[in-house]
Amino acid sequence: MTTPHRRRLGARVSAVILALTVWVCGSFVSGSSTDEKRISIYSTVANYSLSITDRNGQGYVGLLEILDPLGTVRAKASRDRWKIRYNDVESDFATGKTRVRVHGNDFDLTAPFLLEGNRGLIPLSSLTLLLPRILGGPVTYHEASRRLFVGSVGVRFAAQINKTVPPSLVLNFSSPVNPTVATEPGKLRMTFKREPLVPLDTQNLSFDNKIITSAAYLEENGTAEITVNGSAPLFATFSNDGRTITIAPAPHLATQSPNQGVGSSTASPTESPNPNTSGTRRYFAVIDAAHGGDDRGATLDPQLAEKDVTLAFARRLQQELESRGMAAMLLRNNDTNLSQDQRASETNSIRPAIYICLHAAAEGTGVGLYSALLPSGDETRKTFTPWNRAQASYLAASQSAIKILRTEFDSNHVANHSFSASLKPLNNVTVPAIAVEVAPPQIGVSGFNSAEYQQLISASISMALSEARTNLEAAR
Amino acid sequence: MIPRHLLIGVIVLLAISLTMGVYVWRMRGHVVETQPMATNSKPVTPPVSGPTEQVTLYVADDDPGILRAQSFRIPLPEGRQQRAFELLRALLGIYLDKGSPHQLSAGSEVRDVYLVDPGIAVIDLNSAFANGHRSGVLVEELTVASLVQTLAANVPGLVRVKILVDGEERDTLAGHADLMNFYDVAAVGQMASQLQAAQ
Ligand SMILES: [Zn+2]
Repeated sequence: MTTPHRRRLGARVSAVILALTVWVCGSFVSGSSTDEKRISIYSTVANYSLSITDRNGQGYVGLLEILDPLGTVRAKASRDRWKIRYNDVESDFATGKTRVRVHGNDFDLTAPFLLEGNRGLIPLSSLTLLLPRILGGPVTYHEASRRLFVGSVGVRFAAQINKTVPPSLVLNFSSPVNPTVATEPGKLRMTFKREPLVPLDTQNLSFDNKIITSAAYLEENGTAEITVNGSAPLFATFSNDGRTITIAPAPHLATQSPNQGVGSSTASPTESPNPNTSGTRRYFAVIDAAHGGDDRGATLDPQLAEKDVTLAFARRLQQELESRGMAAMLLRNNDTNLSQDQRASETNSIRPAIYICLHAAAEGTGVGLYSALLPSGDETRKTFTPWNRAQASYLAASQSAIKILRTEFDSNHVANHSFSASLKPLNNVTVPAIAVEVAPPQIGVSGFNSAEYQQLISASISMALSEARTNLEAAR
Repeated sequence: MIPRHLLIGVIVLLAISLTMGVYVWRMRGHVVETQPMATNSKPVTPPVSGPTEQVTLYVADDDPGILRAQSFRIPLPEGRQQRAFELLRALLGIYLDKGSPHQLSAGSEVRDVYLVDPGIAVIDLNSAFANGHRSGVLVEELTVASLVQTLAANVPGLVRVKILVDGEERDTLAGHADLMNFYDVAAVGQMASQLQAAQ
């Protein structure tokens, strides 16, 4: 008699445990998006961010967590002693003591070393004393913003204003960057969480321009930020493989000539006034980087959210399409929240020849190509198409496009499958609409960041679309 | 004088036999009480005895992303609703197995299946099923197609299927498969044949 109760209780308990686990994982994953204090570490092998532990009014960080991504490290804790071996360097710590021995030399930390379980904590203020001795090379620590540079890894940038009409601000970076872009009235803010960006000589730049007035560089809590101020809504375009960001006033799409979309780029519709594009046929493709903002999509690995991968692929696909003369617009070009209905409405008002939604999966191989799974129609209502069947008239064209895509992927030896999927907002789009879910390459999810893999997938899609172009354009 | 430890022993034994007695009495009462209501009771463990039936379950396989129609012999109760429930329970049982080609998270359960209005099935799954589900278009669609197609193949006259989680509507299964709309059995049937064609 107790079995059903026990089972139900068991199920509840496991649901609670699961919810807690998800919450705990979520808080790890969301990382610096909370107010949690963090330190960012930049090196030639990895850029990463760790949380800060407060003890006795001092900021502490786990030494093992710092060293682990940089080399081979082993630690042994016994009572109040903690010994670690990083590559060939042995270090000896005692809990509550400032005196430490590294590679046979004694010196003092600025505050006591702490041992909590097997976790050895060192004060942040001692990082520049300790790390050069262990790593055998220089480190630079920006204390106020908690950014630690191991070796010379800084990404430098230069800003240049073009006083054309409309004006533009061109930022050139010494390495590719991928900041989160956010806008608010009169401001565009780029946050660099992973890039070892180093400041300009002056932190505030003012431009003798009425539309783009000034820019400022700021570092805090393990991130760097560039803010551009202007008197008009601004938007950012990425080019040169992520080495150049161009900031310009958001375009009024309706006043542009049909070819202006090519080669230039696009604003997220949430950043700029809603483009009034009715009756214009400007963009060949609308690319939708699925998820974004609070919706992280699948957790591909603890450091990699689907929303970031889809954005990287979307940007790459936009470049690929535009290099073949097909103007493409990104529905989001930053880490912003967009509802499924917003995505469909925006696409429907822009009326591209095709809508492509990009997803990324943690497992599987190759690509999945999906068209809408439509509920059966209510034929009694002829005057009006229900929102969840809006795609009905375009489904055949969507499926033809998928056929061409499959042939292209086959010829590039990329495994692929296709079927109808109940995936929003495909149902609600009133142009041919497809979703592409990219699985990781053979090396695993880290391969999503590989330019080569992004290129292979994006080039295959754009080759196929250039083949399907005539049919798709004739259909609209 | 009876030694104290003997006294305690006797009291403990008495208490046990009394509890056993009450337990057995209540069990007897329970059987008598629930038998006439067999159509409403929901077995928690599979009926170990009783006639088994040959059924077709649509089993998802993540690699290479297909749905396989497979025959199984499982014990099925009378009653349409109970059969539907047992079918889905058997299906989830396959996915919870360690060697399953399409893993679901531990604790995933069907809470209920309601066959409302002729032609509509409502599947109510627990939160462990949805919250622990892997996120992705392929994996989520495979799960949904497998549930809907398995029901459709074994419950004649089914037209539409709605999926609930813990008795409530939910936007998506794990970020992708839409759970707000009803699933059209005919449309899922086509999708299932696309998924089988991939074999
Ligand atoms: Zn996704």
